[in-house]
Amino acid sequence: MKPAQFDYYCPKTVDEALTLLEESGFDGKIIAGGQSLVPIMNMRLSTPDCLIDINRLQDLDFIDYEEGLVKIGTLTRQNRVETSDLIRQHIGLLSEAVPFIGHVQTRNRGTIGGSLVHADPTAEIPLALMTMGGSVHIASTDEVRTVNAEDFFVTYLTTDVMPTELLTEIHIPIWEGRVGYSFQEISRRHGDFALVASACQLSVDDQNRISDARLVLGGVESVPLLVTEANELLHGERLTDSLLDKVASIVSKVIEPESDLHASADYRRHIAQSLAKRTLQEAYVKAGR
Amino acid sequence: MTVHEVEVKINGKTYKEEVESRMLLSDFLRETCGLTGTHVGCEHGVCGACTVIVNDSAVRSCLMFAVQVDGQEMQTVEGLAQNGQLNPLQKNFVECHGLQCGFCTPGILMSTTDYLKKHSTPCKKDIQDMLSGHLCRCTGYDGIVKAIEKTVEDQKVNI
Ligand SMILES: Cc1cc2nc3c(=O)[nH]c(=O)nc-3n(C[C@@H](O)[C@H](O)[C@H](O)COP(=O)(O)OP(=O)(O)OC[C@H]3O[C@@H](n4cnc5c(N)ncnc54)[C@H](O)[C@@H]3O)c2cc1C
Ligand code: FES
Ligand code: FES
Repeated sequence: MKPAQFDYYCPKTVDEALTLLEESGFDGKIIAGGQSLVPIMNMRLSTPDCLIDINRLQDLDFIDYEEGLVKIGTLTRQNRVETSDLIRQHIGLLSEAVPFIGHVQTRNRGTIGGSLVHADPTAEIPLALMTMGGSVHIASTDEVRTVNAEDFFVTYLTTDVMPTELLTEIHIPIWEGRVGYSFQEISRRHGDFALVASACQLSVDDQNRISDARLVLGGVESVPLLVTEANELLHGERLTDSLLDKVASIVSKVIEPESDLHASADYRRHIAQSLAKRTLQEAYVKAGR
Repeated sequence: MTVHEVEVKINGKTYKEEVESRMLLSDFLRETCGLTGTHVGCEHGVCGACTVIVNDSAVRSCLMFAVQVDGQEMQTVEGLAQNGQLNPLQKNFVECHGLQCGFCTPGILMSTTDYLKKHSTPCKKDIQDMLSGHLCRCTGYDGIVKAIEKTVEDQKVNI
């Protein structure tokens, strides 16, 4: 298994990378960590004419704190995200999600932005971004635009990023007040892609009533699924067993999982319900502490 | 197709070669540099046999292109033994039956070398977690875990 031939460019600045993208149009492809792109090139499922390597763009490798926000450069390795104290302290859901991605050796190389643009429907980082209500910056030679997670994921392996554009940074808001979160998934083996994953972040008032909740499921649709109906139902409520059951039935109603080699649609539906309940419960307990 | 000049330091020695852009780092090591200790199994990042250390982190050499390591420093399994003597980790693999056919071993040794540098006192669960990125069809992993645990213990005594 060897990749087809391509031209290779290694820009030293973001501007240079954007110009190269503009010039190569549909024939060009960015390589970041290469942990998703190179396997599919080796299998010749992807045969780009031109690779633009962004690994030398150190300006895109950072984790910064700003009032109410954590900003992460697209090239930040998953391993650095996982071990960052700043991320653990302010947007801990991401720290909980990242260890589920592949293995130490792939996280040493794989980037946060690469995972978002690859947009596998079960991938952990897209799910976490959607749950925390984050947004991304997308640059081209013309402009830099901001896109919310809700509008970023289009369908399987497809995002709002155009061939001439570069994802540059990821912004994640820091939730105020009494906040709890949980990330859980079921996979066949440790490090495999999830069959179904569930993430939940919520805040509660001083009476332990839920003031804001975001429950998101991965692996049940082509993109991370924000379970809006459940999130609305939870608003203003204390979490009870009957409420959990109601959420589970909403989940069952809104998802349309598919059967494949790894799991049947019925099994996926079953674990989606269980995981939704579990993550909700854990997030609620953490918020109340 | 483009050809590029690559200068890379591997196990302390500098290699200056011309490579095609599509040449995988794993093939570069084996075929261009003659360092056949790095093994190639799946070529899509799953088996871990090709794991090497690039700039102080263990990565899959089948998921990098040779042109990407220009100007970088690397370590492969050939760099572990010193003056013909196996290093303590390698000796423990021998002693604890950490290998049988040895196909997976170079990758596991490189991952472990990087891991122990960053985590001096991992527990069994941590070691198993790190090994999840490696397939071994022979040993059942038990000997591998023991060899690594023993290395961790020995290091504690030495400190
Ligand atoms: C054995 C193995 C197990 C894995 N398990 C998981 C798992 O459980 N969960 C999971 O989520 N992932 C998993 N992955 C994939 C994960 O490791 C990748 O890191 C991630 O999906 C892609 O990130 P990357 O930086 O490697 O991107 P690359 O592979 O370099 O790129 C992926 C895609 O994104 C595009 N791209 C990258 N960066 C940008 C940018 N800044 N702007 C525009 N486009 C860009 C590329 O052109 C390409 O199309 C696994 C991979 C392996 C090899
Ligand atoms: S050959 Fe690289 S991981 Fe299998
Ligand atoms: S020793 Fe044979 S594959 Fe591990």
